[in-house]
Amino acid sequence: MGEKQKLRMTLLTGRTIEQGVGKECGKTSREYVESVSICYMDPEDLKLLGIKEKTNIQVSTDYGTVVVTALKSKRAPHPGVIFIPYGPWANVVVDPETHGIGMPSLKGIPAYVEPAPDKPLMSLKELLRQNFGKC
Amino acid sequence: MSVVKAVTCPVCGSLCDDIELTIEDGKVVKVKNGCAMCEAKFLHYNSEHRVLKPLVRKNGELVKTTLKEAIRRAAEILAEANYPLLYGWSSTSCEAISVGLELAEEVGGVIDNTAVICHGPSILSIQEIGIPSCTLGQIRHRADLVVYWGSNPWSAHPRHIERYTAFSEGRFEKSAWRNYVTKIKALIGRKKIQSAVKRLILKKPPTLSSQMESKPVSSIAREGRRLIVIDVRRTKSAEMADYFVQVEPGKDYELLQAFRVLIRDQELEVDRIAGVPVEYLEEVADAMVNCDFGVVFFGLGLTMSGAKMRNIDAALSLIRDLNMRTKFVIMPMRGHFNVTGANMVFTWQTGYPYAVDFSLGYPRYNPGETSAIDVLLREESDAALVVASDPVSSFPKKAAEHLVKNPLVVIDPHMNVTAQMADVLIPSAFVGIDAEGTAYRMDHVPIPLKKVVNPPRGILPDEEILRRILAEVRKIKSKRVEAA
Repeated sequence: MGEKQKLRMTLLTGRTIEQGVGKECGKTSREYVESVSICYMDPEDLKLLGIKEKTNIQVSTDYGTVVVTALKSKRAPHPGVIFIPYGPWANVVVDPETHGIGMPSLKGIPAYVEPAPDKPLMSLKELLRQNFGKC
Repeated sequence: MSVVKAVTCPVCGSLCDDIELTIEDGKVVKVKNGCAMCEAKFLHYNSEHRVLKPLVRKNGELVKTTLKEAIRRAAEILAEANYPLLYGWSSTSCEAISVGLELAEEVGGVIDNTAVICHGPSILSIQEIGIPSCTLGQIRHRADLVVYWGSNPWSAHPRHIERYTAFSEGRFEKSAWRNYVTKIKALIGRKKIQSAVKRLILKKPPTLSSQMESKPVSSIAREGRRLIVIDVRRTKSAEMADYFVQVEPGKDYELLQAFRVLIRDQELEVDRIAGVPVEYLEEVADAMVNCDFGVVFFGLGLTMSGAKMRNIDAALSLIRDLNMRTKFVIMPMRGHFNVTGANMVFTWQTGYPYAVDFSLGYPRYNPGETSAIDVLLREESDAALVVASDPVSSFPKKAAEHLVKNPLVVIDPHMNVTAQMADVLIPSAFVGIDAEGTAYRMDHVPIPLKKVVNPPRGILPDEEILRRILAEVRKIKSKRVEAA
């Protein structure tokens, strides 16, 4: 991968109003897909990666790897913290461990982020086919 | 054209019941009073994503079928399974949930609702410690200090602040809306001055921005309703607050325990807790102790991260401590519009609020073992029924993998992500739009949901579909007994 920057971050997932509206418009709607295939990053972290907003990034955790589009966070500063809204993209990288109480760990997961301008953002169908092979 | 007033919104746990809908030619054309999610739901419920015919999977493809055939196939899948998982329930009516529980008992499966991945840890903690709570009406009229912890109501419950807390006009407490507007105007003014200075005088802008971002400390001591937000990010809700405490991810437990120390007038021998200077915390603790009626609303920031249910233990204990000094209540911010109702109906019928296992013929409850995610991670279930939910877009991939690998029956009005992977897909009516029913608001107040338009031809409510599946399952089982 050469000299590419790779940052160690903390991944949070959660609700955004865009995702909330998108899910009500329909899970296959453009609004939904565009609201959940993104990752909010601190502007300083974008600089560290040497990329501009709307560049694809690859987020990797112990549980999986997914390509999402990096967006400059409106809620900065939160250096070292990235935010992906709840949805099929986030699910690939969240921690399924329930620690014996039924609840997986969907916030605060250690993750690595690297620029992936050459890797395409998958469509919902492609993502589901790749992960579940049934769609 | 007709206008239907006092419609209850079937989106989030706030269940706003002041929505006005304009109906034209049997369709909703205008939504008044609702938030963005409410408007999206009422205007898009009948979009191209709506499923209008039952579908079954043949040779890998979903193909149209009759309702009778879809119900027969669904019943077959459930009756043949050894350990089916019946999941969802939080976006349908209490009446449908009740039938779902009967079905779970009949097929000897495990039934779970979406609380398992939202406030499941809160329920476990409440069962251990107890919860001092009240209705949202009490909070609207009396609360003078409102705390949102690990919750972003602006995004997840957009009208919560306006209807029930800081910006609502209560009988004894006035809305803090004016203070917020004044604050925003002052901020805009300062920004304008800053940009003017930047353009006219200096090439290098003065560092006003850091001052603008920190909230004036005095605002927490002002009269009237005050709003505190404690979160890992400076959310939009945090911007509205009189005081914002930015906690490091996963450190809520430390912060909660630190507040418990401060409230007992004990000293903290460190400078910072969870990334927050102790003097900030002292001010917030003072505000908590000195209020007349305080409330903490907590969200998934506490239940999903770090210590999970132990966070809630600490939060409930904090409220218990605060009640030694003043009046304080606490409430989870419930997500789906009827997740509270799902917990209620589960508890009436089985004794337990979620994660109920009927495989031994009687209800067993042991979250961590009988909860949906764990059953799936251990790959124990051999079929699933999903009602009014979309687990493939909310479960971690590993759990969803096992869910879709086995025969999957989905009852949902929309072609959601899980529905796309179903083996049998039965379209249903939207509770609160084209079907009526009862739902429980986050403060356990039951509210009727209206049927404002007629469903598309041939589309039945969840309750009726589940009754038919249950009848079919009983028929299959009795045939089996006869044959034996």
